[in-house]
Amino acid sequence: MSGTAEVPSSGGEQGRAQPVLSARDIWKSYGRVAALRGVDIDVYRGEVLGLVGDNGAGKSTLIKCLTGAEYPDSGSIFLEGREVVFHGPLAARQAGIEVVHQTLGVAPQLDITSNLYLGRELRRKGVLGAWARMLDVPTMRRRAAEEVKGLGIATIQDIGQAVETLSGGQRQAVAVARAAAFGSKVLVMDEPTAALGVREAGQVHRLIASLRDRGMPIILISHNMPALWELADRVQILRLGRVVGVLAPDSSTMEEAVALMTGARVAPGS
Amino acid sequence: MGWRGWPWRRPLYWLQRLLHRHAALGPLFVLILSSVVFEVLRPGFLRLVNISLMLQQLAVLGCLAVGQTMIMLTAGIDLAVGAMMILSQMIMGELAINAGVNSVLALVIGVVFGGLMGLMNGGLIARVRLPPFIVTLGTLGIFTAIGLRLSGGATLFFGGSALAGSAISSSSNALLWTGTTLSVGSFTVTTGVLVMVGLYVLFAYVLAWTAWGRHVYAVGDDVEAARLAGVRVRSLITSVYVVAGVIYGLAAWVQIGRVGSVSPDISSTLNLDSITAVVIGGTSLFGGRGVMMGTLFGALIVQVFDTGLELVGVNALYLPLAEGVLVICAVALDHWIRAIRD
Ligand SMILES: Nc1ncnc2c1ncn2[C@@H]1O[C@H](COP(=O)(O)OP(=O)(O)O)[C@@H](O)[C@H]1O
Ligand SMILES: [Mg+2]
Repeated sequence: MSGTAEVPSSGGEQGRAQPVLSARDIWKSYGRVAALRGVDIDVYRGEVLGLVGDNGAGKSTLIKCLTGAEYPDSGSIFLEGREVVFHGPLAARQAGIEVVHQTLGVAPQLDITSNLYLGRELRRKGVLGAWARMLDVPTMRRRAAEEVKGLGIATIQDIGQAVETLSGGQRQAVAVARAAAFGSKVLVMDEPTAALGVREAGQVHRLIASLRDRGMPIILISHNMPALWELADRVQILRLGRVVGVLAPDSSTMEEAVALMTGARVAPGS
Repeated sequence: MGWRGWPWRRPLYWLQRLLHRHAALGPLFVLILSSVVFEVLRPGFLRLVNISLMLQQLAVLGCLAVGQTMIMLTAGIDLAVGAMMILSQMIMGELAINAGVNSVLALVIGVVFGGLMGLMNGGLIARVRLPPFIVTLGTLGIFTAIGLRLSGGATLFFGGSALAGSAISSSSNALLWTGTTLSVGSFTVTTGVLVMVGLYVLFAYVLAWTAWGRHVYAVGDDVEAARLAGVRVRSLITSVYVVAGVIYGLAAWVQIGRVGSVSPDISSTLNLDSITAVVIGGTSLFGGRGVMMGTLFGALIVQVFDTGLELVGVNALYLPLAEGVLVICAVALDHWIRAIRD
């Protein structure tokens, strides 16, 4: 770990464990709108970090800054303790930050395998791969099937099915599976269940829990407070571009979170 | 719902799924059906001699449709196909006949020029972000005008004409190679037909078995999803237009071999005919859906109607009518297939 920049501490409730992904003092304005005003965030291994806030609080902007889709005006981002700067979403992804966007990032007419491997297809070994650039379809299919099975998306039977023939929950499961499939370091989900029915949302929530149990750090934006309270280990609350509190669902109530979100209560020390 | 009780609901759903999976199946069915109908109306229609002839007539349009298919898979459209092909062959002809350039070199330059025209289209579409329809409508005019200016409207002949007594014989001229005939019994094709078949095989492989092919589908299907997945959308779209331009250059070669001359006004219908073939072949106008073999069937269907109606003795006006009906049916079918839900 030579050349490692130290992550400045943000108060250190988590003791000595190193966050997988953290950001310090992120500022971002759109013209005269200050979307983020000095935000810190840390996410640790094996935890689901909830991110809540009213509409316009800056959640999506923060996520975009963390995942290379936007460039912060100032502030630093650290991945496994090392400072990183992302030029574009691809760079963030290559560094191991996977995002599941609110609008499904899947190509509906491609099959499940093609979607899982889109942008990082496997090529055959040997002459066929090198000269004919032939894809290793059998391996991709097998691994995709394993991945889908491993995540317990049992309702998907045929890995060669076009994504548009799947239900909304299954499609979102494909998006999540893709994000989880490539040994990524952090998973970021921006309202993954917003477009889903109750049963389908439940499916996706189970998926998130099983990924967390595998040790995957997850940042989860959601308006579904009860679900968040069940899934999240910590919930960070944004208001008008600032962090106004970090609550642990074990020791705090949803009402406290809502009070902080709306400004009805002011967090101690802010 | 009442719909549920309909006895044919299940078979219909099966059909929908089948066509959804295999985009070339519908066109193949129409091809077989129309061939059989013309055989019944005019026995002998399906004789090898006639099939050979149809394939030879089809070769140029067939090549153009390969490029058009890939462009339409990206949800684009190319209105300038025919004009690009003509300009490519004008360049080959000018170089080989008037400038005395070696025919192989003239061929290579013409094909490369096709790729450059494709680069111009692709650049304007992917980098400047203009709509494909507008860009290619513009370049259609531009390339047509350049072609006419270059030739002064005159046709250039290989070997045959009195002026070209400087002995350009077809055996030594690479540009005329595509006109060479090969026979197996009464089945006769030109090497131009083989070039066309080769293009279909090659690009069917590329679309189905390479990452580039998958990205072509992904970009046509959902650009934003493809971008977020890490596909370099702009270079991909540019490359598709360049590849298409090169294919049009090869189509120019096939055309020269077929007629032995170079003319600036062979057929202005090629532009739209290529789109017709692709759409009848089951490729969606909205991108992301379709296969190369479907286009081959689509082009064959157009040719079967063309030749068939003529042989049956129907007024030539009915060809566009038949094509029009087929195009509309193909698009309607595509809509129905895309409405599939589990
Ligand atoms: N691309 C943009 N251009 C201008 N203003 C923006 C843009 N994106 C976000 N904003 C503004 O930044 C603030 C935070 O937005 P956002 O991060 O989307 O909030 P949230 O996701 O929490 O609802 C809002 O006031 C919003 O209007
Ligand atoms: Mg948002």
